[in-house]
Amino acid sequence: MAETLHNWVRVRAMMPPGHVRTPSYLRGKRGQVERPLGPFHNPEQLAYRLKADQQPLYRVRFSMAEVWGKDAENPGDTLDAEIYAHWLEPCDAP
Amino acid sequence: MGGQNAGKIPLEGHDFALWEKRVDALMVLCSSKGYFTVDGLRRVLEDMGEDSFETMTYYERWVAAINQNMVEAGAYSLHELGTKMAEITARAETYGEASGG
Repeated sequence: MAETLHNWVRVRAMMPPGHVRTPSYLRGKRGQVERPLGPFHNPEQLAYRLKADQQPLYRVRFSMAEVWGKDAENPGDTLDAEIYAHWLEPCDAP
Repeated sequence: MGGQNAGKIPLEGHDFALWEKRVDALMVLCSSKGYFTVDGLRRVLEDMGEDSFETMTYYERWVAAINQNMVEAGAYSLHELGTKMAEITARAETYGEASGG
């Protein structure tokens, strides 16, 4: 049974110093929202003992072709990663 | 993934030293008391820099991260920490003897 995927998103490509939970290798990559996971306290504030906002967390699905480009051994394989809303921006399908 | 070559992964398990188990217990105790979250530990581990992953063991990095978070949370001062460390060091040469004192 095929799963229904949601909007296309691009992970923000910024590289601020400090603690963030967004994997470096996914920054700037496009994927599709697999499902929303609900709000969680922002780890970027928790890490510094700050009062933390709640941020929606999404599971996003990326193709190996998107992650590795021409080096992908199995371009159609996918990887799911959980990424906070403030790291995602809407984009067109690749 | 997305990182650097790290050589072979040792797959055989190993037992933990007493002090390592105590570091684990300290982490559970201090985080359950609300002094820090796992995010605070991760932040300090990352701030230690890449070299620390070569020069320190897993639990050495952990205890350093716990300590940094406890100091930042105001659980104890550096002066209190230094005084206690000197007191324990003066007790005996080895960890076993010093912790039994």
